[in-house]
Amino acid sequence: MKMKNELRARILGLFDFIGREILDFFEQTGFTILLLFQTIFYTKHVLRKWQEVVKQMYIAGVKTLLVCSLVGVFTGMILALQTGVEMSEYGQQAQVGHLIIASMTREMGPFMSAIILIASVGSAMAAELGTMKVSDEIDALEMMSISPVSFLVMPRVVALSIMLPIVSVYIITLASIGGGVVANSLLHVSYNVYFKHLLKGIHFKAMYVGLLKAYVFGIIISIIGCARGLKAESGELGVGHATRSAVVASFLMVLIIGYIITAFFYG
Amino acid sequence: MIKLINVHKAFNGKQVLKGFNLKIERGESFVIIGQSGIGKTVALRHIAGLVEPDSGDVLIDGVKMSGASSETRKKLREKMGVLFQSGALISWMTVAENVALPLAEHRLYPKSQIDDMVDEKLRLLQLFDARNKIPAELSGGMKKRVALARALMKSPEIILYDEPTTGLDPVMSSVINDLIRQMQHDFNVTSLVVTHDMKSAFHVGDRIGMLYDGVLVQCDTPDGIKNSTNQVVQQFINGSLEGPIKVVD
Repeated sequence: MKMKNELRARILGLFDFIGREILDFFEQTGFTILLLFQTIFYTKHVLRKWQEVVKQMYIAGVKTLLVCSLVGVFTGMILALQTGVEMSEYGQQAQVGHLIIASMTREMGPFMSAIILIASVGSAMAAELGTMKVSDEIDALEMMSISPVSFLVMPRVVALSIMLPIVSVYIITLASIGGGVVANSLLHVSYNVYFKHLLKGIHFKAMYVGLLKAYVFGIIISIIGCARGLKAESGELGVGHATRSAVVASFLMVLIIGYIITAFFYG
Repeated sequence: MIKLINVHKAFNGKQVLKGFNLKIERGESFVIIGQSGIGKTVALRHIAGLVEPDSGDVLIDGVKMSGASSETRKKLREKMGVLFQSGALISWMTVAENVALPLAEHRLYPKSQIDDMVDEKLRLLQLFDARNKIPAELSGGMKKRVALARALMKSPEIILYDEPTTGLDPVMSSVINDLIRQMQHDFNVTSLVVTHDMKSAFHVGDRIGMLYDGVLVQCDTPDGIKNSTNQVVQQFINGSLEGPIKVVD
């Protein structure tokens, strides 16, 4: 009888947990969507906030330059090695540049940029705004009739939506160079031939779809980071939870929205 | 001027305010005392419109803050300044930028005029030399004074002080207490101070209210509170272990 009651309590506890998680998910999603609309509304203040936008662009772009460079070069080198070895069995290793630029512009460039900026910038936004929330700075802004959306969120979203396509192009460029080095040194493809095929592989549609993806990813990462930060609960644990959930949610949304954009243009 | 009528508020099923009533007259300095975690800050946040009551009304100059539209709330907040417990200064801005923020963000005056107003407030609070420092470089007392300077920028009719002396040494506590009195006398500001520092409460309060079990169990002058026959009040002001007050979880 006692065991039966314990089992019943555990099952009820599980349902309670699942229910609370589902409610929390819908609340967070609703808040994030509302925040996005408010941010769009406050973009009318973007010129007044240009200094903050530039500062956030600097954080997203310049401060992540080293890691972006390394990721770009090594992604190109791995791609060239993996595809080149297979292709050389059919004598097609000269085409490796074509493959690298196609995969980088269509998918890998925006995706790798998004991953780096989720880890470095999205998480920092959640932590920063979360700390401001728990130390009453957001309430202080409200008391001064200053909208936290206009003051904090909008400059971050504008900055990241501009920077992510730029970072993406930078990573694609470095991946092309990294791939060229491997193609030349290990696959014995001359630089001339490699870059000729690489240029052939650049398609206008792949470029604009890739840049569109990067732009949308920039909005997703920043809006989720800010929303989770603004919803942080008091205490250091609250900020940690907000940061972790911002990273997980951004990563999932980048994958899902990335697939939807790909399906829309190529499906 | 400030009225809370039968305010109830619960968080996660825990009832914090249970029919809380309060009336503060214009120009008065009212102090709410009580244990940590008893709901003093919650009461203050209701007046600031940062928390909505589950039931009951909050009135500022006869206008309802509870359930008000964002426009009405904004107008009511124009009359208020809040000194948060931590100071709540924007961490990446200098002292001068923090103090200028309420006016600069809304572009209410030309920049040169705002700069002059900032300098005036910083001199008043003896902070002029710290105008280019960031909050991380300031002591606890300086942070509170900067926050007070910021709260004064819009010449508020009401200032809400949340634990203004918590974490400060006795000398700095006296400085802050004197400033609260100075604001009241020089600018006819209505003050609400939330504290568990009895020395501060007796110094700054025209009247003191003791919050216990979700309601004000006694409101009286400092002398009335000192000579209270209420066991809760006596136990709290004397800090004795014996009495009706139990440790709050």
